[in-house]
Amino acid sequence: MANVAELEKIASQVRRDIVRMVHSCQSGHPGGSLGCTEYLIALYFSIMKHDTKFNMKGIEEDLFFISNGHISPVFYSVLARVGYFDVSELATFRKINSRLQGHPATEEGLPGIRMSAGSLGQGLSVACGAALAKRLNNDPRNVFCLMGDGEQQEGQVWEAAMFAAHNKLDHLIATIDYNGQQIDGPVDEVLSLGDLAGKYKAFGWTVLSCEGNDMSAILSMLNEAIDQTGKGKPIMILMKTAMGKGVDFMEGSHKWHGIPPNDAQLEDALNQLEETLGDY
Amino acid sequence: MKYQYTEKKDTRSGFGDGLTALGRSHPEVVALCADLVGSLKMANFIKENPSRFFQMGISEANMMGTAAGLATAGKIPFTGTFANFSTGRVYDQLRQSIAYSEKNVKVCASHAGLTLGEDGATHQILEDVGMVKMLPNFTVIVPCDYHQTKAATIAIADHEGPVYLRFGRPSWPIFTNPEEPFVIGKAQKMISGSDVTIMAYGHMVWKAIEAEAILAAEGFSVEVINMHTIKPLDVAAILDSVNKTGCIVTAEEHNINGGLGESVARIIGQNHPCPQEFVAVNDTFGESGTPDQLLEKYGLSTENIVLAAKRAIERK
Repeated sequence: MANVAELEKIASQVRRDIVRMVHSCQSGHPGGSLGCTEYLIALYFSIMKHDTKFNMKGIEEDLFFISNGHISPVFYSVLARVGYFDVSELATFRKINSRLQGHPATEEGLPGIRMSAGSLGQGLSVACGAALAKRLNNDPRNVFCLMGDGEQQEGQVWEAAMFAAHNKLDHLIATIDYNGQQIDGPVDEVLSLGDLAGKYKAFGWTVLSCEGNDMSAILSMLNEAIDQTGKGKPIMILMKTAMGKGVDFMEGSHKWHGIPPNDAQLEDALNQLEETLGDY
Repeated sequence: MKYQYTEKKDTRSGFGDGLTALGRSHPEVVALCADLVGSLKMANFIKENPSRFFQMGISEANMMGTAAGLATAGKIPFTGTFANFSTGRVYDQLRQSIAYSEKNVKVCASHAGLTLGEDGATHQILEDVGMVKMLPNFTVIVPCDYHQTKAATIAIADHEGPVYLRFGRPSWPIFTNPEEPFVIGKAQKMISGSDVTIMAYGHMVWKAIEAEAILAAEGFSVEVINMHTIKPLDVAAILDSVNKTGCIVTAEEHNINGGLGESVARIIGQNHPCPQEFVAVNDTFGESGTPDQLLEKYGLSTENIVLAAKRAIERK
């Protein structure tokens, strides 16, 4: 269990990894990755019981499923930094013959990856299945799932939301990266989600919310979510983040959803992010 | 007739009975269904294994994702719904969450093809075999009668990897040996012959056997092969047979595009070019009617196979 200051140090390094990875291959999704940095670090460095020796079944471990697979840079960086594979492999991101595919894939055998994700809307269903398996196995650990907010426009998400509540999957803790942006612009302009908290409550979920770019806040929220397990309802955290957090010219804009920085922008970004653990 | 039957039964009952057997023998097998428990004959499995069954409601996309999640933890999920909702409706879920993610999910699909009958074209999927055979990692199996569907259901539980198992609604002749184990990927030679090969799967195997009897009475020596596994295809069985007969008819309850016929054409085109005739639905949708009326109207009757065999022989 690392303290907040240590986790924030890791966050700075992970953000450096993200911008360097997308710069190196000149593709990928920095915006959402930078926004979800605190969440993934909190999960993997503090909240979850997990084994970096990686066993696909994950028996007696907490499991994490990413549904918004395009934020693979932050996922890969956190997996590497926590010890699933060597950080030097981050240099291969999105390049030919890499295990670090543009969107997460099991086919390449990258430790830490249990499911492919990329085509949106599918991860919550997978998390429901994993949660059912834990119940069948009398395995008391929890299942975590991260989705995007734009992703809530996919119908399958609501099939899974209904199913999770009906089956009282109260060891399922889902989180929505509520950054208000999607590729074509602000979510409210593209296709508004309305009262998202009210919708999940009406579907039978316990709904929590927090500031997602505040390490202390996300840690307490995840701990509160864990306190809410075992009470007959699945748990949803609406996590308010800023897309592009940590790099001033990327912050809060959908324009950095899926484009990489050029050389000068990389330098500018890296000047804002302290190298705390050594670049890969 | 080289095969006789005393009983008819729907192949979906073979699935249901196979699943019941798996419930007793394979503790890791779990079942999911999207509001079609009765149609898929899953009631007995549910009665005996209530905690290993998941009623998904009418939400097939979520069913495929949930199955993938269960498989991640080492369960062997069998999903049950109609063939249309097992494929076309959930193609992206099959592709990303199951095939690309290499999940050990068994997609069990009933009411396939024209023989679904009166419900009409919305439900009569004729494109499913083609869609699933194009997905890397998937095995595609279509057994021919009740016994074989039961045996195939049991066999796929011990096969690691995604499987598409297709079966149907109508009562159909039972003519295979219930004791014969089902071997995935190994074609079954039903009748040996030397003038023409008739290769079929599913309900059309019985039609091929009927066609052989008619052709034999006219003096033709006909080989009938049950190609129950469309993928991976038993290439050796195809080449052994056409080396001997020099021509082939493929017969399937499927669109001519994307079915077994095209797979066979590729194999013989690469290895042993020879005449091939296709008995399949000619790139159209079906309609309401009885199974026999529909097979007749859409060119899948016994007589259609007989005529195709004669055309193939003439073209040699």
